[in-house]
Amino acid sequence: MAIEVRIPTILRSYTGGAKVVEGSGDTLGDLLADLDSRHGGLRARLVTDAGALHRFVNVYVNDEDVRFLGALDAKLNDGDSVTILPAVAGGAFGFAAAAAIAGHRAAVAAR
Amino acid sequence: MLSIDRSIIDAIVAHARRDHPDEACGVVAGPAGSDTPTRLIPMDNAARSMTFYEFDSMEQLRVWREMDDRDEEPVVIYHSHTATEAYPSRTDVSFAGEPGAHYLLVSTREPDTEEIRSFRIVDGVVTEEPVEIVAAVDPHAVQSYMFGQSPATVDYECSDR
Repeated sequence: MAIEVRIPTILRSYTGGAKVVEGSGDTLGDLLADLDSRHGGLRARLVTDAGALHRFVNVYVNDEDVRFLGALDAKLNDGDSVTILPAVAGGAFGFAAAAAIAGHRAAVAAR
Repeated sequence: MLSIDRSIIDAIVAHARRDHPDEACGVVAGPAGSDTPTRLIPMDNAARSMTFYEFDSMEQLRVWREMDDRDEEPVVIYHSHTATEAYPSRTDVSFAGEPGAHYLLVSTREPDTEEIRSFRIVDGVVTEEPVEIVAAVDPHAVQSYMFGQSPATVDYECSDR
């Protein structure tokens, strides 16, 4: 089962510079595990130690943000296209406060 | 060094002033590999906050795809700080995910003073760079336009910190 995965510049050091790689899996979590077997270290840049999708990346299945599709549990089908982008965010705010907002957002998205 | 057209800087500053006291953000795309920002794309601040900005994830997907289709890349990623200096915060550094981009910061804390600084942020390391603002001079325009009273180029050197 082939799923096309688009890799952003900042993570291409894990894919030998490749912009697009292929992988397989029934869920996003499975796909990332599969990719990690060939592109070691990639998964750790996308998934936190606690097993959640990292705040610093956006992952899309086709045209949907996976945060609204169950995050790592998002279902994948043959022929799907997965896009990874660095989240663009920041601001004058302190990091602790930003992390609190991130936690709040994750909680909202999980509802 | 970031070299950028005066008309683009004016539009970024106008965007930042318009959204003040909320932070404004956006991208300037340019041909891949050119390091030349040419196409301004103001983005929504999905956080609508005075101290935080965040691209809307769906708008970002659309804009990044469009850049890809046009063989462009995000040459400049800009945002404003509305009460503090134009220097990357720890939050800015944590999120900086485009190692090839110039991170342009505009401070709108002073209503009459243009405060613009540019940084590279790679692997958590912030390096300030000079900004060269190039006057929009049409190369095909009559030559007398070139000899105006105002200088064609303004250089902002790095600040001391």
